[in-house]
Amino acid sequence: MSQPLLQVNDLKKHFPIKAGFLGGTTGYVYAVDGVSFDIAKGETLSLVGESGCGKSTVGKALLRLFPLTAGQVVLGGDRIDDMPNGTLRPLRRKMQVVFQDPFSSLNPRMRVRDILAEPIRNFGLAKDAADLEKRLEGLMDKVRLPRDAINRWPHEFSGGQRQRIGIARALAGEPDLIICDEAVSALDVSVKAQIVNLLQDLQTELGLAMLFISHDLAIVEHMTHRVAVMYLGKIVEVAPKRSLFGAPKHPYTEALLSAVPVPMPGAARERIILKGDVPSPINPPKGCRFHTRCPYAFDRCRTEEPQLRPVADALEGGHIAACHLHDRPAGENPLSGAKGAQLLAVGSA
Amino acid sequence: MDGGRTAPLPPGVNVAPEMGDIMPPVKAKKGFIGFLRRNPTIAIGGFLVLLMVFVAVFAPYLAHRDPTALAPALRTREPSAQFWFGTDMLGRDVYSRVLHGARVSLTVGFSVAFCASVIGLAIGLVSGFIRLADSIIMRFMDGMMSIPPILLAIALMALTRGSVGNVVLAITIAEIPRVSRLVRGVVLSLREQPYVDAAVASGTRTPMIILRHILPNTLAPLTVQATYICASAMITEAILSFIGAGTPPIIPSWGNIMAEGRALWQVKPYIVFFPAVFLSITVLAVNLLGDGLRDALDPRMAKRL
Repeated sequence: MSQPLLQVNDLKKHFPIKAGFLGGTTGYVYAVDGVSFDIAKGETLSLVGESGCGKSTVGKALLRLFPLTAGQVVLGGDRIDDMPNGTLRPLRRKMQVVFQDPFSSLNPRMRVRDILAEPIRNFGLAKDAADLEKRLEGLMDKVRLPRDAINRWPHEFSGGQRQRIGIARALAGEPDLIICDEAVSALDVSVKAQIVNLLQDLQTELGLAMLFISHDLAIVEHMTHRVAVMYLGKIVEVAPKRSLFGAPKHPYTEALLSAVPVPMPGAARERIILKGDVPSPINPPKGCRFHTRCPYAFDRCRTEEPQLRPVADALEGGHIAACHLHDRPAGENPLSGAKGAQLLAVGSA
Repeated sequence: MDGGRTAPLPPGVNVAPEMGDIMPPVKAKKGFIGFLRRNPTIAIGGFLVLLMVFVAVFAPYLAHRDPTALAPALRTREPSAQFWFGTDMLGRDVYSRVLHGARVSLTVGFSVAFCASVIGLAIGLVSGFIRLADSIIMRFMDGMMSIPPILLAIALMALTRGSVGNVVLAITIAEIPRVSRLVRGVVLSLREQPYVDAAVASGTRTPMIILRHILPNTLAPLTVQATYICASAMITEAILSFIGAGTPPIIPSWGNIMAEGRALWQVKPYIVFFPAVFLSITVLAVNLLGDGLRDALDPRMAKRL
């Protein structure tokens, strides 16, 4: 693998909490607190985690929808994290986004034609009016919508059709990377499958890389190459799909996987029920952020924050996890070996 | 990639599977008549407003006599075939005066609604987009809103001399905070919409974001608010004229006709009655129109923000 398409290094986004009469800052929400990963050309990386762990904030931060607190983001060789807006604007073409809600992600007062033409015009991609027309038709074909639907208003479409329009808009700029922020979560199951297949087809057709932000592990297992698991603003584990689903190396991932229903009657699985709620990102726990809910936590976890390091006994290479358990001898490590394999068999059974 | 479909669809096939029953033809009756039938409040309100506009525009032709002509011999006549609404204490024809009064009321109502909307929209957009300006402007608006609009209008009128233009100005200033708050609120919520984020991500500049994505979606709630402001401006105008702080007595307006008839209320109630009925019907009509527009444009929008 040569130079990755997107490199994220120690990304941080802290939201100030304003309170009081003069609006002084009384604290910060540590929504994203030191996240690093990279995505190769044509690769799908899934970012999973429960609600409020900061996965959507990562997506929005990469798109520079707000200024970053710290960290480096390198997209196709250009550092975009501290780039002024004017310089960044032409580079935005390379990275586009598909949002979760197909209803609020399309401007209700613009026709489909104008929605799709906006990025093409902004990035000056069309040579003339005829070229623009050809591109618009091409986009409608790519997302399998009838060409004559282009003059309609968004409210005339169903949720799945609107999501196709959203995907077409993301493709309009001819991006290298698409960030899918829960792009299929709001759709019902049959439509969800169609959109997932469409995304996969497009990825093969156009060689797109994808950052697939989701909490739906079944979908993630179906379409991703690698998975990054996030907990409370940090990435706790990154691994190739098979390795992660087969033998998770972080207690949080293990618990997360155990919550996926088994699509087989009578098949039971040992559920790991986590105690308590996610701690507040305003005041995250010291040490390992997961130690308050971790069934295996020991003294070291409460004081020392574990770093993401390669795991020796993973199923596949490139498996990294942030957990002190892996420093213990195999006998004292509940996550050693392929123990988690029994948790698998999601969808592929 | 395992499990995924890899082959692109053949060139002829470009329709999504769920597109089979795409877009059934719209069943509801199209056109203007269908729209009115589905929105009876707009139909009734709109009809009454148009009627009042007609009355105001053609007042000189509909009126029997000069609304300011004095006729001391014909004072305080009861309504009759000659004087439909009777005459006042100076012998002026109340019918003619009420018709001409519609001109003042509608002029004030429409002008205030228009001016307050335009200025409030500008202020609201600025404070919705510039954080520093927001905290200053909104504190100022809070201050203005702590004064009852009528009191503010009376105070402003006390600074100048009575004329229709000054009445419009005074009521507009009193109404601006309400509009700018509404617009600011709408702008702040629109800025968080995913389609605005998507537009930013696809390289749209801020002025274009405002023009293309924010402004068009602000107009619906603003139009609704404008009708309510129109109605309340007409009432405020009548109040100002009634207490002698508004339209000068030389120009007949519903407020000052009522003020002049007030002394004779117990013996000659019709002098107050007719302008009051016209005012009520007009305000009701404008409010009905506003309610209808609110339901037709955006059912979720609250009446007042």
